[in-house]
Amino acid sequence: MRELNNINNFYHDDKVIDACSLFGMMDTSGKQFSGEGVVRAIANMHIRGNGLGGGFAVYGLYPEYAEFYAFHIMYLSHEGQAQVEAFLKQRFYVIHVEEVPTKPTPAISNPPLVWRYFLEVKTEETKGQSLDDYVVEKVIEINTKVKDAFVFSSGKNMAVFKGVGYPEEIAEYFCLDEYTGYLWTAHGRFPTNTPGWWGGAHPFDILDWTVVHNGEISSYGINRRYLEQFGYQCTMQTDTEVVAYAVDLLMRKHGLPIEIVADIMAPPLWEQIERMPSKEQNICRTLRQVYGSLLLNGPFTVIIAHQGEMIGLTDRIRLRPLTVGIKGSVLYLSSEESAIRLICPDLDRTWIPVGGEPVVGSLEKPLIPQEVAIAGGDGI
Amino acid sequence: MKTYLPSRFIIERDPSRCIQCKVCVNQCTFDVHYYDAEDDEVRSHEENCVGCHRCVIFCPTNALTVRRNPLDYRENYNWRPEVIEDIIKQSETGGVLLTGMGNDKGYPIYWDHLLLNASQVTNPSIDPLREPMELTTYLGQKPDRVEIEPSSLSLKTQLAPQVKLDTPIMFAAMSYGAVSINVHKSLARAAAGAGTLWNTGEGGLHPELYKYGNNTVAQVASGRFGVHPEYLDVARVIEIKIGQGAKPGIGGHLPGEKVSAEVSATRMIPEGTDALSPAPQHDIYSIEDLAQLVYALKEATNYTKPIAVKIAAVHNSAAIASGMVRAGADIIVLDGLRGGTGATPKIIRDNVGIPIELALASVDTRLRQEGIRNQASIVISGGIRNSGDVAKAIALGADAVYIGTAALVALGCTLCQQCHTGKCAWGICTSNPALTKRVNPDIGARRLTNLLRGWSLELKDILGGMGINAIESLRGNRLQLRGIGLTDTELEILGVKMAGS
Repeated sequence: MRELNNINNFYHDDKVIDACSLFGMMDTSGKQFSGEGVVRAIANMHIRGNGLGGGFAVYGLYPEYAEFYAFHIMYLSHEGQAQVEAFLKQRFYVIHVEEVPTKPTPAISNPPLVWRYFLEVKTEETKGQSLDDYVVEKVIEINTKVKDAFVFSSGKNMAVFKGVGYPEEIAEYFCLDEYTGYLWTAHGRFPTNTPGWWGGAHPFDILDWTVVHNGEISSYGINRRYLEQFGYQCTMQTDTEVVAYAVDLLMRKHGLPIEIVADIMAPPLWEQIERMPSKEQNICRTLRQVYGSLLLNGPFTVIIAHQGEMIGLTDRIRLRPLTVGIKGSVLYLSSEESAIRLICPDLDRTWIPVGGEPVVGSLEKPLIPQEVAIAGGDGI
Repeated sequence: MKTYLPSRFIIERDPSRCIQCKVCVNQCTFDVHYYDAEDDEVRSHEENCVGCHRCVIFCPTNALTVRRNPLDYRENYNWRPEVIEDIIKQSETGGVLLTGMGNDKGYPIYWDHLLLNASQVTNPSIDPLREPMELTTYLGQKPDRVEIEPSSLSLKTQLAPQVKLDTPIMFAAMSYGAVSINVHKSLARAAAGAGTLWNTGEGGLHPELYKYGNNTVAQVASGRFGVHPEYLDVARVIEIKIGQGAKPGIGGHLPGEKVSAEVSATRMIPEGTDALSPAPQHDIYSIEDLAQLVYALKEATNYTKPIAVKIAAVHNSAAIASGMVRAGADIIVLDGLRGGTGATPKIIRDNVGIPIELALASVDTRLRQEGIRNQASIVISGGIRNSGDVAKAIALGADAVYIGTAALVALGCTLCQQCHTGKCAWGICTSNPALTKRVNPDIGARRLTNLLRGWSLELKDILGGMGINAIESLRGNRLQLRGIGLTDTELEILGVKMAGS
């Protein structure tokens, strides 16, 4: 039906290389807001993308189905849809199904069908697996086995919207002005090859973890081989997917807090470790010894989000930009400060974080609004 | 019996330069040069020359040239001069032909068919002169995950013993007895200076070198020479030697003439007796026996040191390596076809084993498939010639490499392959006191340290060019390699793509 190619890495390069604009906005008090500002901000960084990919992750947008896994699936054919729906009925209780509302937009040509499903795991099918592991396995199964279908969002009370186009066009196409959330991330993409595949746009998602990424990970080859040992299949051949799986492995499966994960992905230098007090030294040394293969080497900035948390991180020598802004309880992360200033001219604070140092916004530790604007700073 | 062996080298002595100083006469250990007092002239027995070039380097007036004797037999690709001469030698001696150093045949050298990557535009290369570049490597068993106490952020995971290397290049096993004490001193001092390890080989550790224990790999091999509690205690790593790339399946033989008083004390055998290392370890006839020795050594050292197990790269290395990891080895050492030795039957050296590149690739892949790659470090050896080979080995999946031949070349070796004769003119592979003093440990250590420094600097350049600033991001990162001039099967085993793809 649709002449879309579902190959992300069209030329079978080692990995898809792209540069990008990133934006993240979170109200740490949990207040919902519309994506209007986020869309304006990412559109302000138009020239950092080239129209070959744009996307958004929204958290808190499905309060009525908050306890169900919300699968968002792209289809290139009705056969693919029929096959997946039969599969879903076997493995899950399907609570609600609908086509994702879209609005015809001149800039968007040849879109795939996009449907969403609110699902409850059939616990009798899990065979002792955790529900999350079960869901991850099913997502990978659909994405690797079913032709013409791709699960691009699978978390609870969150959704990814993405496609081929500039981010502002994608926002218009998916009617994002109709949703509200307490955390939004956005991405404009500049890939160096020309894939026509919607699934290749950012954010990348597994469960409620999403990643938007600007950079090229030179360590991709070993990061990928390391993750494969833990059962992750990198189907997209993009370095961003590796970041998503690494976060899933470290934070969800190995239960490590974000500070520790940052020390794995962007670790301190050995000579810094040698100078640390013994407790920190022991932790950092052990992390590098054990997780050396997950060091993300090469230029990158990522905004990682999951339920209740947004994290900004750059590589340890900060080869890609990240600016942080705070206004009241709202945390902004952006490739460029101008995008933040556009939608919030009177920031309380703004700064550029040190390479490898995570910036974390969390519902559990809401930001306390400050009276006076301070320029500069070294962390939250 | 008149020998039919022709001279392999021609020695040209320029009479206008020669001053009859007899340096060549004194330096040559193969009785090539001699002084004819009657004619006041230095002459040569060319048939004895092995081409070690000691005389050429030390001739004060540069009067000497040593050339290959062209030996213009009728062309025959099958019956080459080497083949003919081997037959001549055996028909005159009736013995097993012995030789030294590693395989010198024209089997493919896969390092020369692998090319490294560099960053352009989409990611910046990093200048190691201006930015940090990390080569630090830890060898030892790693767990699958780290556990952190979430409330206090304290570490719950206790790691098995780890060994830090400042550069992922170590000195390979060469035993005292095969090489001289001065070579051991040079290696030990250089390893200590460069923050890496050297390896005793199977000949024990001279008490004078105990002070370098923290940089020493102590080998436990089939003859158990020189193994005693203190030897195990002073070492940083203990290596069980099962096999060696130069002579897979073959034991060792140190002739009694090399067993001097000092060697005898260190090896714990009577002076002048042959030191025979059996082909197998007679307490290891199967993988569960290996596990027992691994754990016996761990018990003996109170679980304070990683235990390495070294094998020759052979056809089913991948399956063997997997068994070794499951038997408790913390470090797996693979020694390839081109690995050197002090003495080996020539027929074994020339025909047994596989290139290290293929063994490394298949072992790394297999251990990953089985999810046990992190349970052991992989160290490889056998023909590593330069830092490019080191980088390629690490990209294929090695944690570190051993260099043996390259280290000896740094000390003067010219690969004349006479190690088994005990006559090494460079004083390296001999225990003749008049010769061993030709290696000055102060100078030797400096030459070796320089070599490690040079290679380490080059490794940093290679990493920086790739846009990588830590060696662990290259380890097993085969996307940084491309193959050239290889078949599909070779590319598949190496796990690399063809250049241009």
